[in-house]
Amino acid sequence: MSLRLLDAGDAAFTVEFGNAIDPALLASVNALDVAIAREHAACRLPGLIETMPTFRSLTVFFDPLVTGRGALIDALQPLLAAAEHAVPVEGRHWCLPACYGGEAGPDLTETARAIGASEDEVIALHCGTEYRVYMLGFLPGFPFMGDVAESLRLPRRAEPRVRVPAGSIAIATGLTAIYPWESPGGWHLLGRCPVPLFDARRASPSLLAAGDRVRFEPVAIEEYRRIEAALQSGEMDPQQWLGDAPGADAVEAAR
Amino acid sequence: MSAAPSLEVVAPGAYASLQDFGRRGFRRIGVPWAGVLDARLMRIANALVGNAEGAPVIECFDGGLQLAARGGAVRLAVAGDAVVEVEGAGERRALGSWRSVTLAEDEVLRIRRLDRGRVAVVAVEGLALSMVMGSASTYARAALGGVDGRALAAGLHLPARAASGGSERMLPDPPRPDAGPIRVVPGPQADHFSAATLAAFVDGEYRVTTDADRMGVRLEGPVLAHVGAREIVSDATVPGSIQVPGNGQPIVLLADAQTAGGYPKIATVIGADIPRLAARRPGEAVRFAMVEAVEGERIARAAEAETRALVAGVKPLLAGGIDEAALYSSNLVGGVVHALSAEYRPLPDVETGTSKQSN
Repeated sequence: MSLRLLDAGDAAFTVEFGNAIDPALLASVNALDVAIAREHAACRLPGLIETMPTFRSLTVFFDPLVTGRGALIDALQPLLAAAEHAVPVEGRHWCLPACYGGEAGPDLTETARAIGASEDEVIALHCGTEYRVYMLGFLPGFPFMGDVAESLRLPRRAEPRVRVPAGSIAIATGLTAIYPWESPGGWHLLGRCPVPLFDARRASPSLLAAGDRVRFEPVAIEEYRRIEAALQSGEMDPQQWLGDAPGADAVEAAR
Repeated sequence: MSAAPSLEVVAPGAYASLQDFGRRGFRRIGVPWAGVLDARLMRIANALVGNAEGAPVIECFDGGLQLAARGGAVRLAVAGDAVVEVEGAGERRALGSWRSVTLAEDEVLRIRRLDRGRVAVVAVEGLALSMVMGSASTYARAALGGVDGRALAAGLHLPARAASGGSERMLPDPPRPDAGPIRVVPGPQADHFSAATLAAFVDGEYRVTTDADRMGVRLEGPVLAHVGAREIVSDATVPGSIQVPGNGQPIVLLADAQTAGGYPKIATVIGADIPRLAARRPGEAVRFAMVEAVEGERIARAAEAETRALVAGVKPLLAGGIDEAALYSSNLVGGVVHALSAEYRPLPDVETGTSKQSN
């Protein structure tokens, strides 16, 4: 692994562990992120504002009136070395309901045709993998998850949609995602998830965190609507789709 | 005492939103900071009305914003190179910016245009907004902050506090937008460009396109060709990131920009120069100059010292022992006194007054 420190202006720098989508790189990113959060909680990193973990790098934001790139890098040196050899942490496990096809998944038919399979096979392929949340961004709460089964990989759509409905479950290349917001998008829409991924009223507004694992469970449209209504009325809580795997809260607790 | 007055948005102008220092700590879940494009304007405007310097303010682009005091007097201040007028009881009076003014009930403050720059900030004495995730800043894409998460729209009422009275304040020597180079730190993906391309980037002249808002500024100028791949595995963006998409035309990301992206970033505008870039209008020129990261840090500290000196320079608006502003607000004086006032300037026509202003 070749760690690089990259300049990102006068108030941030990026620790780059590599240039690929790779669980080993993610392990390093998350380990460094957790280690920095611990130091920060112990007030040992004055001037640190926040960190942004991605697939392969961690960007450190700081206040140049309080600290500097040099001082922070010196303080982080031992953490960098440890992070390079980190093993993946077991994130929380989620099993989220997914309504595939029809109006909820307008690209299911075309996706099946493109990979030479039936619609049921596409659903089975998409549900058959437990995905890893690599990172959140570019929109609030938007999870980049992987890896999609080799046989289900398609490039982005040639014509991006102007309007992808909120809740859409989509695939592109080796990744799958759920759109938390209505937005433009170029991914293939397979279905819809009724569980809101972002709620500013929650202590932790994003449902998912980097390192979490996500599996989808198919539900019929009637069940989808029932869940959606129950979530809206408060009868159901998104936490109910959280599995109780060992170490489930380790990542969150460390923040 | 009657209920607290409100400030009615009569017209939002080109785009106006409520902002403060921004929302820190949530980039990891895809939430950008948002916040004012020019924190210096916010700090000065808040000092002019006696607010805490990070209190939420109205940030607006160009002219057109109109605000009316309802249910009582409201004190405001405009920071930015703005031409302002106040209209009430059938008369209009012109004001400079960089001062506070108390609107009597049903008086309207109008930002007619900006002489220079694109962004102005209006502080409202005692403006109270609820915080969402630690900030009142509007981030419309996720409906966060402001009022109901949206940009300002005509008819909206903002809760204000009854004007506290006392003398108005002014800033004697205000900062002005300048046309000098925008300083950048190369990277994080400068190695995706050849030395010749990096040289073309700093030697060339770019122009601000019409695609320039709180998310970012698309520039037009010398094409920046990538060496190898035109996309990278997504990594974090920062305010000031200069992304270069496949067409080679750079995009500078600002306060509301997405938190991650897959285009190589040739350089990053330093924090002190982000407001200077945001102040450039479509069609205006932009040149870049490279500095090292440590030099950027030094510039940040110098800029902060300048801002503190400016804020400390805010003083009561007094002329010959008479508080002119208080006279104005009292509506006891007529047009003769206005014409004698040093700050009185005849207003150019709104429709024709804007075209010659860019430099």
